[in-house]
Amino acid sequence: MTGPKLMRRKADRIDELAGSGGTSLAADAVRRMLRSPVAITGAVITVLFVLLAILSPFLAPKNPFIPYDALKNTLRPDSIPGPMPGFVLGSDQNGYDFFSRLLVGSQQTLIVGVCATLIGVFFGMVIGGLAGAFGGWVDTLLMRFTDILLAIPSLLLAISIAALFSHGTQWTVIVAVAVVSVPIFARLLRGAMLAQRASDHVLAATALGVRRRTIVFRHMLPNSMGPVIVQATLTLATSIIDAAALSFLGLGDSDPSRAEWGLMLGRSQDYLDVKPELAFYPAIAIILVALGFTLLGESLREALDPKNRR
Amino acid sequence: MLRFIIRRLLQAIPTLLVLSILVFAWLRLLPGGPAEALLGDKATPATVASMNRVLGLDQPIFVQYFKFLGRTLTGDFGNSLTSGDPVLAEIGRRFPATIELSGCALLLAIVCGIPLGYVAARHRGRFIDNAAVMTTLLGVAVPVFFLGVLLKYVFAQKLGILPPSGRQDVTIDATHVTGFFVLDGLLTGEYDAAWDAVKHLILPSIALASVPFAVIVRITRAAVLDVREEDFVRTAESKGLTTKVIRRRHVLRNALLPVSTTIGLQTGLLLAGAVLTETVFNWQGLGSLLSEGIQRRDYPRLQALLLLAALVYVLVNLLVDISYAIIDPRVRVR
Repeated sequence: MTGPKLMRRKADRIDELAGSGGTSLAADAVRRMLRSPVAITGAVITVLFVLLAILSPFLAPKNPFIPYDALKNTLRPDSIPGPMPGFVLGSDQNGYDFFSRLLVGSQQTLIVGVCATLIGVFFGMVIGGLAGAFGGWVDTLLMRFTDILLAIPSLLLAISIAALFSHGTQWTVIVAVAVVSVPIFARLLRGAMLAQRASDHVLAATALGVRRRTIVFRHMLPNSMGPVIVQATLTLATSIIDAAALSFLGLGDSDPSRAEWGLMLGRSQDYLDVKPELAFYPAIAIILVALGFTLLGESLREALDPKNRR
Repeated sequence: MLRFIIRRLLQAIPTLLVLSILVFAWLRLLPGGPAEALLGDKATPATVASMNRVLGLDQPIFVQYFKFLGRTLTGDFGNSLTSGDPVLAEIGRRFPATIELSGCALLLAIVCGIPLGYVAARHRGRFIDNAAVMTTLLGVAVPVFFLGVLLKYVFAQKLGILPPSGRQDVTIDATHVTGFFVLDGLLTGEYDAAWDAVKHLILPSIALASVPFAVIVRITRAAVLDVREEDFVRTAESKGLTTKVIRRRHVLRNALLPVSTTIGLQTGLLLAGAVLTETVFNWQGLGSLLSEGIQRRDYPRLQALLLLAALVYVLVNLLVDISYAIIDPRVRVR
């Protein structure tokens, strides 16, 4: 057996030994979360929301993407029809079935939230990971860049990016909201990885001659993921809210048939006197979902905090 | 201390420089290129060509950037596509309104947030604590513009006790000295005008204060809980100091350190929130100027406002850092 290979074998053995004593942080976190009512509330809301998003096309009683003549003909400037046979919550301002759109809206809302968060996590991790792995001038350069992005108030940054597109689409909103979270994830991962660099197990691995790539991917990165996962959960909530704000400002998708809660809320402002439900129901849905993700994220943060291990 | 301030000021320069590069790049990415975006409907081949000359678009990119930097430093952001006035003049007119609103909101958030956070921490796990935590969660989960819409709907449209929009009733003929309507009323002795301005301020301030309020409660609570565990608090207790002295001098004072930093960071939230709140309440400030600019794709105006917002944010955080160093001498050493 050659030298480096032997050392790697040894390093793996050390990993095993380190893992065998007591319970792992992840198992511990799960155990703690199951005992916390906050975590369970958050998880229940999140699971229900995801289920609704997946099943909504089958649950919706009407086609949410086409206006109905029966509804359209009863639309007046000062009245939008309420519940009537076949249409549980009546019409929206354009003659679409409001109830079906509310249901299907969950799907688009989830897509916006998840896509924006994943894009943010991906680019944030690339930047933060490079900075944390290499340190030195790479770190300085990348962190200067993220500092600048952080120096622009987040919604204004999203607005300036969305304004670059002459016509809003769903992706305009997703990209604009995602860019805002990139510097946050980058900073978080970098911070966690720098802490890992100075830790004993990385020092031990380095002393054993483990390759840098292995150290980064097997030792530093997995141990730095905790804060990123927590932040991603919280970002799911803020992405959905920020997307709603962009829609409210007229930077959202310009396709009138698109059913997304933020878009529905943003567009219904002019009809508040006529039919306040058009704004209130999507708003309540957004608030509930944002609360669910936030509760889940906060309890994850608490559960993963080693200070709380007992 | 002076060295710290100078060092910190110098650190802000590269940030601002890179920021200017970003805004410059942003202008070049605009649909139709910068000249057409800046001219809007007035874009004809002739005007585009002359605009290209003004912007120096026919010259090397470095020259273009330095020209841009020169124009920015002299405050020349061009004319608004909507009103035709210089953008800087527009901003000057609207500036006091936003300061009045966000100042009022920040004050509200601090005055309500710090005591609630403190009380919550002192009664940890009890009803008041749970209520405070729930409030902070809601403060973040409720979209700011929806809170504004809701407040307007309930208090202005349904109950009719507060005005729904604007800064002052149009029938009131008030003298404006400073542009801060409440202050103007007090200075000129037109108390009814001042009172009317206050009534107009209430709803937008509450809406705008919601997010900073939630953050301040949260940070205060966490900070007080942290400080209570510190050794120096135990020392103070064992010295036999009264609870009142410990709470005021040792716990609250130290807990307010992270809170003061957070308040600095709130300016960013306030600027962003102002865009939404001002739009909802038709408040004639910078936020509604921005949102009108978005509707009309008024790029010269957007450019100036974005740069201004970032500048204000950087400067406020600089001030916070400096004040932090004044409050806590340990910071200066690092």
